[in-house]
Parts: sequence; C-alpha cells; structure tokens
Amino acid sequence: MRSFHLEIRISPRPGLLNPEGNAVQHALESLGYDSVKDVRVGKTFYVQLSAADEDAARTLAEDMSRRLLANPVTEDFRIEVSELAEVPA
Amino acid sequence: MRVAVVTFPGSNCDHDGYHAFKLVGADTRFLWHRETDLSDTDAVLLPGGFSYGDYLRSGAIARFSPVMEAVVAFARAGGPVLGICNGFQILCEAGLLPGTLLRNESRRFRAHDVWIRVERSDTPFTLAYEAGRVLRVPIAHADGNYFADSDTLARIEDRGQVVFRYTDPDGNPDPAYNPNGAQNRIAGIVSEQGNVLGMMPHPERAVESVHSSTDGLGVFQSLVTSLQPVP
Repeated sequence: MRSFHLEIRISPRPGLLNPEGNAVQHALESLGYDSVKDVRVGKTFYVQLSAADEDAARTLAEDMSRRLLANPVTEDFRIEVSELAEVPA
Repeated sequence: MRVAVVTFPGSNCDHDGYHAFKLVGADTRFLWHRETDLSDTDAVLLPGGFSYGDYLRSGAIARFSPVMEAVVAFARAGGPVLGICNGFQILCEAGLLPGTLLRNESRRFRAHDVWIRVERSDTPFTLAYEAGRVLRVPIAHADGNYFADSDTLARIEDRGQVVFRYTDPDGNPDPAYNPNGAQNRIAGIVSEQGNVLGMMPHPERAVESVHSSTDGLGVFQSLVTSLQPVP
C-alpha cells in the first residue's frame, strides 16, 4: 500500500446564503476594501490515508465526501491527491 | 405508549423531552446513542442539543451513531419519529427529511419565543390542535434556516409536508417574525409518509405553567393519542 495526502475542499454552492461569508465581507468593507464583491467561507480537510494507487485514493475521498464531509444539499467538493514519500525505516 | 428518547453526546434537551412525554402519561426511557434495540418502542424522540459539538455540520456526525441505523429502519417501517431542533438537523442529515438547516440569516444564536401556525392537524404529532391554531413556543438555535433546492421545496409544498410555519402572534405571515430566514417561513416538516416530524422550535419547553406557554403540550398529547389502540 502507498500513502497519500488528500486535500478535500468543501465550498458552499454559489448563490446560496453564506452568512459567514457575509460577515467577513462586511468586516473587509469596514477595513476599507471597497472592491470586494463577494466572500464565501468553505472548509478544507487534510487527510492522510493508504491506498493501492492514486485512483483508489481518489475514489475513497469521493466516497467520504459524499457520505459525510459535504452536505449534498448545499455544498460542492473538490479533491486533490498527492503521494507521500515513503519514510525510510 | 413506549417512547425512546435518544441521548447523543452533547444532547441537552433529552431530559426536557423525557419530562414532556411523562406529563402525558407515556412510558418513557432514555436510549444511549450506542444502543440499537428499538423492539419495545412505539415512538422515538431525537432531542435538541449540540450532538458532537456541532462539529462538521449540525447533526452530521450524530447521523452515523449506532442508534441511527435502528431509527432509520424504525422510521422506514412507519414508526413515528419526532426530531426537535438538533433532532431536526439529524433527521435531515440522515435523509429521513428533505432539505437542510443553514446558519440563521441574522448570524446570531436566537433564543426566544416565536409563534408558529399549525398548518396540518392530520399528523400523529398535531391531531390535538386545530389547523390554523397559532402556538407560542421557544426557539434556541444558530442553524435553523430551513433550505431545500427549488424542486424539493415545490414538492414539499405540493404534498403539504409543511406542518408548522413562523407567523406573527395572530397567525399572519410576516418576515419580521421569521427568526432565522427559513424558506417559506418553514418551522417544521413531515416526511412524505407523515410519520417523521422535524421542527426547530421546542414544544417540550412549553408544557407547564412555569413556562411562558403550554402550547407545546399538544405535540406530545397528539403522539400518545395517535398510538392508542382503537377500541
């Protein structure tokens, strides 16, 4: 088995109410950043796992995103996979 | 009637719910979230609180508790399941109810009385009320802003799944009395089969004279009545 690092980015779907983003936008505006048009706040999961290959790691990540990490009603997810170098014994 | 009140780590309205069911004479017990036996159960309450610290999303982790597999099977078999506040969030996460509860539009945790209109009195949870009756009940939540995509929302409305709506004290629609920005002022919905109810307000906190109202008692009375064997 090989080791992989996953970055799973969860983002609120565009157009949906994102109160956290609104709050941050207002704070930015009060700091004088008048050019800010929109802010949305999402979250990122950093996951390490072992899998046979990159495809298998990605399949696992998609599965866990669908089942738990993202809310299918309101959120989208994007996955990046990178292989971790084996630590020599 | 035998009621199981589920306690998740972080539940904090389980005792209030237990007390409300006791008041209406139900044989009530607590069910720890690791238990899975619902064989001696006529109705299930998923209480309010902050299961698993609301980590990830409200209700997202509780939904994978061992007990929830049994609750889903119980609901699919037609058993009545009442989810209040965090319980409503868990029912949505578990796919027993459509939609989800977003952060309140105000971004504030809201804890105060609201008024909700009973839209349907033909559910096991509302038959003690007349349709159109306005109830005064408290809310206490940060994530109570009901949201479903437009197709789902239209289907919910077409099928009459909205059981409670936020109104003014006279039962009129008024955005000023929508405490969280919920679509169509939705405070509570039932499943298509009608045996699963999720609601954000806390009827169990409006059952005795020490409370600001006793309007919530009817929810518990309704369940007891609906489960009484027909003579």
